[in-house]
Amino acid sequence: MRIYEMTAGDIASKVRRKDLSATECMEEIAERIGRVEPSVGAFLHLNLDEAMRQARAIDNLPSGERERLPLAGVPVAVKDNMATQSMPTTAASKILEGFVAPYDATVVSRLQHAGAVIVGKTNMDEFAMGSSTEHSAYQLTRNPWDRDRVPGGSSGGSAAAVAAQMVPVALGSDTGGSIRQPASYCGVTGFKPTYGRVSRYGLIAFASSLDQIGPLARNVDDASLIYEVIAGYDPLDASSLRVEKALPKATDVSWANVRIGVPKQYGSSGLDASVQARLAEVISRLESQGASVVEVSLPHTEYAIAAYYLVAPAEASSNLSRFDGVRYGYRASGADLLEMYENTRAQGFGEEVKRRILLGTHALSAGYYDAYYLKAQKIRTLIRQDFEQAFAAVDVILTPTTPDLAFRFGEKSQDPLQMYLSDVYTVTANLAGIPAISTPAGLAGGLPVGMQWLGPIMGEESLLHIARGFEKLWPSEGWPALGGEA
Amino acid sequence: MNSTYEVIIGLEVHVELKTQSKLFCSCSTEFGAEPNTHTCPVCLGMPGVLPVLNEAAVACAVKAALALNCTVHPFSKFDRKQYFYPDLPKAYQISQYDEPLAEHGSVPIVIDGAVAKTVAVRRIHMEEDAGKLNHLGQRLGDAKGSLVDLNRAGVPLVEIVSEPDMRSADEARLYLTELRNVLSYLDISDLRMEEGSMRCDANVSLRPLDYHGSLEDLPRVEIKNVNSIRNVYRGIEYEIARQAEKMGRGERIVKETRGFDDQNGRTYSQRSKEEANDYRYFPEPDLPPLVLTASYIEEAAQSLPPSPMAIRQELAEAGVTANDAEVIVADRAALEYWRSATAVFADKRQVTNWMLSDVSRLLNAYGDTFWTARVGPQALADLLALIERGTLSGRMAKEVLDRMYETGGRAEDIVQSMGVSQITDKAAIQAVVQQVVAGNPHVVQDYLSGKDKALGFLVGQVMKQTKGQAKPDMVNAILKDVMADYAKA
Repeated sequence: MRIYEMTAGDIASKVRRKDLSATECMEEIAERIGRVEPSVGAFLHLNLDEAMRQARAIDNLPSGERERLPLAGVPVAVKDNMATQSMPTTAASKILEGFVAPYDATVVSRLQHAGAVIVGKTNMDEFAMGSSTEHSAYQLTRNPWDRDRVPGGSSGGSAAAVAAQMVPVALGSDTGGSIRQPASYCGVTGFKPTYGRVSRYGLIAFASSLDQIGPLARNVDDASLIYEVIAGYDPLDASSLRVEKALPKATDVSWANVRIGVPKQYGSSGLDASVQARLAEVISRLESQGASVVEVSLPHTEYAIAAYYLVAPAEASSNLSRFDGVRYGYRASGADLLEMYENTRAQGFGEEVKRRILLGTHALSAGYYDAYYLKAQKIRTLIRQDFEQAFAAVDVILTPTTPDLAFRFGEKSQDPLQMYLSDVYTVTANLAGIPAISTPAGLAGGLPVGMQWLGPIMGEESLLHIARGFEKLWPSEGWPALGGEA
Repeated sequence: MNSTYEVIIGLEVHVELKTQSKLFCSCSTEFGAEPNTHTCPVCLGMPGVLPVLNEAAVACAVKAALALNCTVHPFSKFDRKQYFYPDLPKAYQISQYDEPLAEHGSVPIVIDGAVAKTVAVRRIHMEEDAGKLNHLGQRLGDAKGSLVDLNRAGVPLVEIVSEPDMRSADEARLYLTELRNVLSYLDISDLRMEEGSMRCDANVSLRPLDYHGSLEDLPRVEIKNVNSIRNVYRGIEYEIARQAEKMGRGERIVKETRGFDDQNGRTYSQRSKEEANDYRYFPEPDLPPLVLTASYIEEAAQSLPPSPMAIRQELAEAGVTANDAEVIVADRAALEYWRSATAVFADKRQVTNWMLSDVSRLLNAYGDTFWTARVGPQALADLLALIERGTLSGRMAKEVLDRMYETGGRAEDIVQSMGVSQITDKAAIQAVVQQVVAGNPHVVQDYLSGKDKALGFLVGQVMKQTKGQAKPDMVNAILKDVMADYAKA
């Protein structure tokens, strides 16, 4: 097995035992990236020299120290909306072109303290607003399974980098599905933990009450491994939870004891036939293992998209106000202060970002706040209650991750509303704050299909356990052929 | 002129809290440092950083709220107030909007030591301060450029909003004075208006006597950022006259924000409120609500120091006049000094008199305060004891006090070195009196024929010959005795 094909868990245990040097690993990863990246375009910034330096530092550690590193020598890619001192952090926006943060995001320093090597920063939709990574100000990222198609988004670069086997694991951020949807399109595992599990310090905010960082990986164990390292209370984030995290049991899932809910509201319009068929196959395979699959009701789901597209733009309009050209980043000239602000933001932000700033500014305006933002918050409460009731009867809820498969470039970008509607299965988890994971369920017409598993708040332990059980039930059919290898 | 109007005044006061670190990060709050040296990614509003609430600031704000008789809410929350300005790094200020820390308080207006009126406090909330702009030019409009200093950005503030209960500039002055008195005993702020650690915006409107609608609907003028209590008074006086004159001419008062020019004592228009910002307040998603337990609030209430009213009571019981008491209450250092001095010297009125006249004169001359006075409470008490024992006359004691202040020496040492100790030897005084009486027979005649004034002249002569060291009341008594004998002779 080539090193780039190895899981993060395998690399770390080999590096800990000195069966593999972190340097050797990094060299092969650098070679793999050099060969594959030109056809994928997953990275906005690479710092392979720094990565090699970090790898050497791990090899040079006394063995006692190295043996304690859960991610010893593991190459990791980080979405470009997380602050890194060693590389620019632009959130794929022109307004932050060349910006280098004087601090590391908490997740970045936790990865590094665990022995991980940060390879580069991945492409994304500008400020994480989008579902195709087409809204990057810099470049397109191609889906490794079909390079005429989008990788999904907004964490498209991270998903593509993992699927193209340039890194075993990557970090993404998920505000309405931005980890799970690209994971689904690229055939990898994408995990959004409970809101507050992972510190947001250093994550460039999109919608503060919805944003959550999580891993993308080629299996559930690697996702769990990363989760274990990055999760936990952080004094720098007042919304981070002071609760112990628990990891999934190593045992096999005994499906006869698992109650799976399938929401009746989720099988409705816009669901692609191949996805619908795959869901049916998945359900019957689970039932054949003895799982009980029952219908659950999430009656307020129909308001989820509307609520999401009020709350998220409202918070975004506020969070993005700091990009004003005064202190850092892009600044346009102007005859006076107001004109400088206007030119900077008109030239610095892309169309989709501007659209959402306008939506959000309107939703918070005097006279509209109660009807829009406040009502949307009330819907959030109802959606949370829907899930609480559902989880009284089932252990996990199963849905497709997306109603469709990876689409072609340009296919949906002309129609923002169509793009927003495809978030229908993912946004509820963010609105309710619950954990959710997308796992691959094979291919359909050569494109990956993803299944989403939703758990109750703090229910990561059981959720990851079930997701790993499903992974065994529906093994991977391999990875896309790239970079000219057989 | 304004007899057909009632003056309506409400005040918004911002007070900077004297915490070690800022409200949402660990930067220092120290005043006067080099620009932008007390900053970090959080108070610079860099991408991805998050606020973490400073619990010491909460403790200060809760103290202020309780001391102003407010109800402190067990649940309050933070909100974002949004507007673009270069001194506001995030383009929003974290404040508290519809669920403030505390409400329903009061501040007494004190006249002659008694509560003449009570002004209601509508609310107290916490928020972060903005930075400062230094314009390279006179005003923003014609500045060649502006330099942004963010040392102050994120410094914790409380905003104290009164009800529109004040009816004159004088009431506003007394409200501010008492508010500052109350806060000064909590040790939560420097309360220096000239440095901006206490700032006042005054809302002034005139209610026509035949208007019975809501006060909120009256066109209101806000006088912004006035830098002393005296100037708040002057600004309001000017504004009352300006509005009354306008209304007298039948003109409409425009709702606007006005600045105050302390050179000419006038207010001037800054911006019309009708085109004011929509701040798009919404709950701050980066901070959980502020939840205070009943026991936390109770403990804070228990630890409050005595109120200015209680201190006035203490001073009145010690025989301090209402006027003198106001001076002491308004200066916490003076109160501490007074308490220390009266603890070691029983005549409290004497202590008060000396503190507020001669000691104060020296403090002013040397630029000191009662905290830094070079003649401390014990040293003053020692000096007063010499007067009481008759070693020094009052006049001599002033000279000794001056030397004590100048040299830092003890009263007794200075008395010795100056040779000014008082002559209390009856025989010695009698000898001088005999001389003076013998040398001024006409004056003595005048006195004996009923001209009391003549006595003063003779006392003066005795004092002159003794270089002022003779004890005045003894001189008086002996003169009278000697002249009585003289008359008989």
